[in-house]
Amino acid sequence: MFTDFNLLLLSIFIPLSAAVVLFFGKSLGKSGVRLISAIGFMLPAVISVYLWMKFDSQTDLLNGFAYVGGCDLGLRESVGITLLLGLNGISMPLYLLAGIVGLAAGIHAMYSQAERLHVYMGLLLVMQSGLMGVFCSIDIFFFYFFHELALIPTFIMIGIWGGEGRRAAAMEMTVYLTLGAMLSLLGLIALYGQTGWDAATGFSLIGLQEYLSANGISAIAQNNIFALLLFGFGILVSLFPFHSWAPRGYANAPTANAMLHAGVLKKFGLYGLVQIAVPLLPFGALAWNDWIVWLALGNIVVIGFVTIAQRDLKLMIGYSSVMHMGYIFLGIATMSIVGIGGAVMLMFAHGVSVALMFVLATAVYNRTGTYDMKAIGGLGPKAPVLAGLFVAASMASIGLPGFANFWGEFTVFIALWENHAWAVAPAVFGVVISAIYGLRAAANIFFGPQTKSFTESLGDREIGDITPAERAPATILLVTLAFIGLWPMGISNSIEKTVETEPVYVHMPSKLKVSKAEATSETTLQLAEADATETAQEGGKSL
Amino acid sequence: MNYNGFQELASTNQWGAIWPELVMAGIAILVLCLDLFLPSTRKRIIPTFAIASQLGLLGVLVLGCGCEVGTSGPLFGGMIESGPYLGYMRAFFVLSSALVCYLAISYLSRQNLPRSEFFLVTILVSASMMLLVQSSNFVMLFVALETVTIGFYVLVSYCRYSAFSLEAGLKYLILGALSSAILLFGIVLLYGAASNPALKGATSDAMNFTELGKFIAQNAHEPLVLIGATLVICGICFKIGAVPFQIWVPDVYQGAPTPVTAFLAISSKAAGFFVLMNLIIGPFAHLTALTQPLLSAIAIITILFGNLTAIGQRNVKRVIGLSGIAHAGYLLIAIVAMTNPQGASLAPWAIIFYLFAYLFASFAIFGVMVHLAGAADEFQELEHYQKLAERQPFLAGVLAIGLGSLAGIPPLAGFIGKLLIFIAAFQAGLYVLLGAAIIGVVISIYYYFGWIREAFFVKPTLPGDEAKQAYPMPGAVGIFHKVMLSLLVILTVVLGLFQRGIFGG
Repeated sequence: MFTDFNLLLLSIFIPLSAAVVLFFGKSLGKSGVRLISAIGFMLPAVISVYLWMKFDSQTDLLNGFAYVGGCDLGLRESVGITLLLGLNGISMPLYLLAGIVGLAAGIHAMYSQAERLHVYMGLLLVMQSGLMGVFCSIDIFFFYFFHELALIPTFIMIGIWGGEGRRAAAMEMTVYLTLGAMLSLLGLIALYGQTGWDAATGFSLIGLQEYLSANGISAIAQNNIFALLLFGFGILVSLFPFHSWAPRGYANAPTANAMLHAGVLKKFGLYGLVQIAVPLLPFGALAWNDWIVWLALGNIVVIGFVTIAQRDLKLMIGYSSVMHMGYIFLGIATMSIVGIGGAVMLMFAHGVSVALMFVLATAVYNRTGTYDMKAIGGLGPKAPVLAGLFVAASMASIGLPGFANFWGEFTVFIALWENHAWAVAPAVFGVVISAIYGLRAAANIFFGPQTKSFTESLGDREIGDITPAERAPATILLVTLAFIGLWPMGISNSIEKTVETEPVYVHMPSKLKVSKAEATSETTLQLAEADATETAQEGGKSL
Repeated sequence: MNYNGFQELASTNQWGAIWPELVMAGIAILVLCLDLFLPSTRKRIIPTFAIASQLGLLGVLVLGCGCEVGTSGPLFGGMIESGPYLGYMRAFFVLSSALVCYLAISYLSRQNLPRSEFFLVTILVSASMMLLVQSSNFVMLFVALETVTIGFYVLVSYCRYSAFSLEAGLKYLILGALSSAILLFGIVLLYGAASNPALKGATSDAMNFTELGKFIAQNAHEPLVLIGATLVICGICFKIGAVPFQIWVPDVYQGAPTPVTAFLAISSKAAGFFVLMNLIIGPFAHLTALTQPLLSAIAIITILFGNLTAIGQRNVKRVIGLSGIAHAGYLLIAIVAMTNPQGASLAPWAIIFYLFAYLFASFAIFGVMVHLAGAADEFQELEHYQKLAERQPFLAGVLAIGLGSLAGIPPLAGFIGKLLIFIAAFQAGLYVLLGAAIIGVVISIYYYFGWIREAFFVKPTLPGDEAKQAYPMPGAVGIFHKVMLSLLVILTVVLGLFQRGIFGG
């Protein structure tokens, strides 16, 4: 029987089996390694695009999830863990993101100069398999499990193939991210505990939704569990002030690894908030709302200024990726249909654009031998295509119209206007900041006169334009950005379809206007009940 | 004892019920006989025989779990009673014993030491551990425990021309005797209290767990009972290496021959936990007011102590020893969860699963350690692992998976073990303990990952470093070792992915 569920399963197991083959494939030779990795990255990408094209026409939905299927690996009876896969409108774009960015990173890595290429590609494929799994897991245990599966190769790859400070960076990242992962694991277990350890509900998101909508959770439990999830996920997403691992980690990570981590894996925490934490714990999210907004503004403004101060191109991209997380957190903080839609759109767009930036930064490095932006200059005439791509990528990352990022940021601002109008000003100011550092980087590297040190280090060496091996991933990513930028409905339709059926997002914006004293006082529970009945009447489905 | 008593004793003497223990003892005696009567040229088959026969027994135990000979209920006049998890415990000890014998082959090939006695003592100790975990009478418990401990005195100082081994043996002897004394004192106090006719529910058979349990149920606040139970728990804490009875661990682990270190770290610890499980669900079931706070406090301190002290170590045997203390702390959380009715159903499974995951991962690491150790077994520094990934990718991979499992990284078995313990702790509402466990896990990443880093990440060489690069290169890994280590690694991965058929028997 060949169902779409099997396709989801295949998208996880093809990269994994390719990885296993590669680990033992010392004698494969370069072309053999490339062939196997090409299969391992290409098929999941094709599957993700195929499922995305089919998604809008799906009618056979289970709680909004399409392609649902599952199998029991042995923990169902005792602790309610099942391998349950499926996609809804929130996870579909991210699943697609994992497929596309994975393919781009795979192509980039295949032609990189890494030593022991077969191990390198193998680890990257393990990561890819985890990434495909994260976003199609309905079981929140496996959601966590696949995240960890994708995280471990990151540590190893930074440690072996990383840059100058790799040993310290790998260690810092490992300890920091383990802390975040552990906190979120506790939060997820606590969430399961709210069902009274009912193995039939288990860790399944669908089961939890049904159980919690029927029974509700006390305000204290909501607050505490949401805090665990917010800070656990927050560390993983580099929420200010838990961001310090990110720029240094990315600066030292090998490019393909940084693409997958910054582009896709980091969306895990945000996705967890959008898909799990906020819908299941709406009043916890409400109580912590101010925290999210302020910390997100910290991401945007404080890290924005830090980004401006960077001279190292890769560090700058790392910081800018931390900074852009702020917009997504703001989108989540609005808890409205528009805001969440914008946040998911921005997750997708940011994932693609940051991966593109890493590809191009490495291309610059390969030509100049340095990441120091002040030490380059005048690369544009020598490598015009690279310059064009870089400028386009910077514009996308700033959020100019024509690229997917624009729609994401734009909708987040609109949603923000509705319930945190004051926060729009610093957020828009953040766009100015990104424009400053983005365009300045392009100007420093590609335009103006060549610096003396660059001319000297160049000597007689000729600099070529971007090679096909660099061009292929860059093109894939840029085309995706432009395509969604021109036709945002391609993913916004599916997002909308799911977010609109999520009672929390439909009803919450009005609740945000409830004064904070009221929201955190004893009345919260009654509020929840009132909201539940109201929702039940309106949506035919209770909170 | 009157006539009826003897009759009952005779009817419960079902030797068939302890056939695995008898087979183990038989193997030990056969090893001894082979050593006596075989010509010295043929003696190399002794280790193979020891391992093969134990693996055979293990196969029968695993495949024939259903066909237990004999009945449940008290046997041998209440001396032993098979609990619900006995099948797992037996399999654990037989497997562990076979693997210790496997490690011993590599180790002994490098030392000029008598061979057969090592296997003999190891197998006998394992057999008494198997009796220890089914004892339902304090006399039986103490006798079995002393058999185990005396065997360990021999094994720890087995390398008799190494000062470290002898030092370790002496330390283990003195502290072991101390802990036995503490345990014995506790038993005596309990016995004295329970057979005091002035107290309600006094019994004439106060050594028996069931009788004692009935007595304690009625006298849970009797000071003598509380002191006695505390001392008994302290005596067992020595075996599992929980703070404040962990003092011996680093030195003994470092000085003991590596296979013995593995034996101590795995079997001895597991035996302590299985006994603790039996006591918690048995005679001490009504002492939760004492056991819960006592064990919680021990667990927290143990986790933090083990992890914090392991950070600074450079000797891998000490790292393993101290991290083993931390693992004892995590397991104690599950023991505490067992005292709570909410967590009582999952916690025992969590302990068993965790111990099996710990067994596979630890033996994989010890396998690598034995291979890398030179003749001076006690000096195994982290620096010896430098560039292991380049020189011996296979061993480096085994090491990484073993350490990853101990650190609790998915998709390895250790992660599922930790997950189950966390869930059990959540069910029992042990939030403070969970907090300590999280802190411990995060700290543990530092030294586990540091070890992996040593093996995998090439250190930028500084001028002057070349002089220090004089560590002996490990020899090539034989096919037999490859198969054994691969099996352990595969089991670690498979247990992390599929747990079907392990739960609920």
